[in-house]
Amino acid sequence: MCDTCGCNVTDGNRHLAEQRNAKGESAVTVLQGLLSENDRIAAHNREHLSRHGIVAINLMSSPGSGKTALLERTIDELAGRWRIAVIEGDLETENDAERIRAKGVEAVQITTGTACHLDAHLIHDALHRLDLSQLDLLFIENVGNLVCPASFDLGQHSNVTLLSVTEGDDKPAKYPVIFRAADAVILSKCDLLPHIEEFSPERARHAVQQLAIAPPIIQLSAKTGEGFDNWLDWLEGQMTQHRPAPGQFRALTASSSALIR
Amino acid sequence: MHELSLCQGLLRQVEAIAAEHDQSRVRRITLRIGPLAGVEPQLLQQAFEIARNGSSAAEAQLQIDSAPLCIHCPGCHADHPAELPRLSCPHCGSEQTTLISGDELLLVSVSFFEE
Repeated sequence: MCDTCGCNVTDGNRHLAEQRNAKGESAVTVLQGLLSENDRIAAHNREHLSRHGIVAINLMSSPGSGKTALLERTIDELAGRWRIAVIEGDLETENDAERIRAKGVEAVQITTGTACHLDAHLIHDALHRLDLSQLDLLFIENVGNLVCPASFDLGQHSNVTLLSVTEGDDKPAKYPVIFRAADAVILSKCDLLPHIEEFSPERARHAVQQLAIAPPIIQLSAKTGEGFDNWLDWLEGQMTQHRPAPGQFRALTASSSALIR
Repeated sequence: MHELSLCQGLLRQVEAIAAEHDQSRVRRITLRIGPLAGVEPQLLQQAFEIARNGSSAAEAQLQIDSAPLCIHCPGCHADHPAELPRLSCPHCGSEQTTLISGDELLLVSVSFFEE
């Protein structure tokens, strides 16, 4: 999209807009994102969260790479610092939400059935089940999957992609879309590194850096707490960066608030 | 795997465009998809053939044009074609590159049978 005036015809795609049509065919040029409906709801989710002074962090990874364990320790470490809630996405079961609730934090479980990702509509519905006036920090634990979640904006402020050391260190090269979406990459379960000689944190870092992005790469263990301060520091940075100043959202228009009923 | 839900979203967009232009039979839908869009064109094509049934695009062809993967290197002050998984500069090796094309997931145009 053209960054200056908002129009969709740019030098890069002008030839597409001006192509001729076959006889008996009338064409309409659209040049609109294929996910524009999802993106519209996501933008409203983000605005809604920001209006309540909430920062939302979307966690993505393959199944079993330690998203819930990361959250459990994060909740313990941030007790009394920020008011936290979690939206859990899984195909089935409430198991992860129950682990979070056991920490005394509200958790909304979305069971997607066969769907392989969360989308902005599902998050929108889940937000209605939370008392947003009582929150500062919302984690969204996406469905464990390194492919589909990357394509759907949920209204989060930041994305975190986890790579556990029990997976291959070439995952960023194999799944570039989800790693390119990351505002931070976590190398999780690093307490296991001494036992897994096949995984090289350096190779993993290099694979991320090859993707024309430069997210911070945080190596940690939710089990031993090693490296956890770096993660908490990054989170504090996100809170500072994304929490609106008091009053910033006072001037919201009626139409933008109307959608999020 | 998410291609079917993408198709359903696409068809909603197309239905809205058809209604807006007072058209009922879609002839062709043209998309532009880059290798970093996270979408498999072949799966999207298959999903489309299922999803289009009963819509105004039931007879429509889905044309998927691929967008090239291109990066800009601030070191060379130049744009270069790239190949996954390497988006660093193929000339000087710099990792400070930015993607300029390749993550497009765009509905380019919709055409209709002239009544």
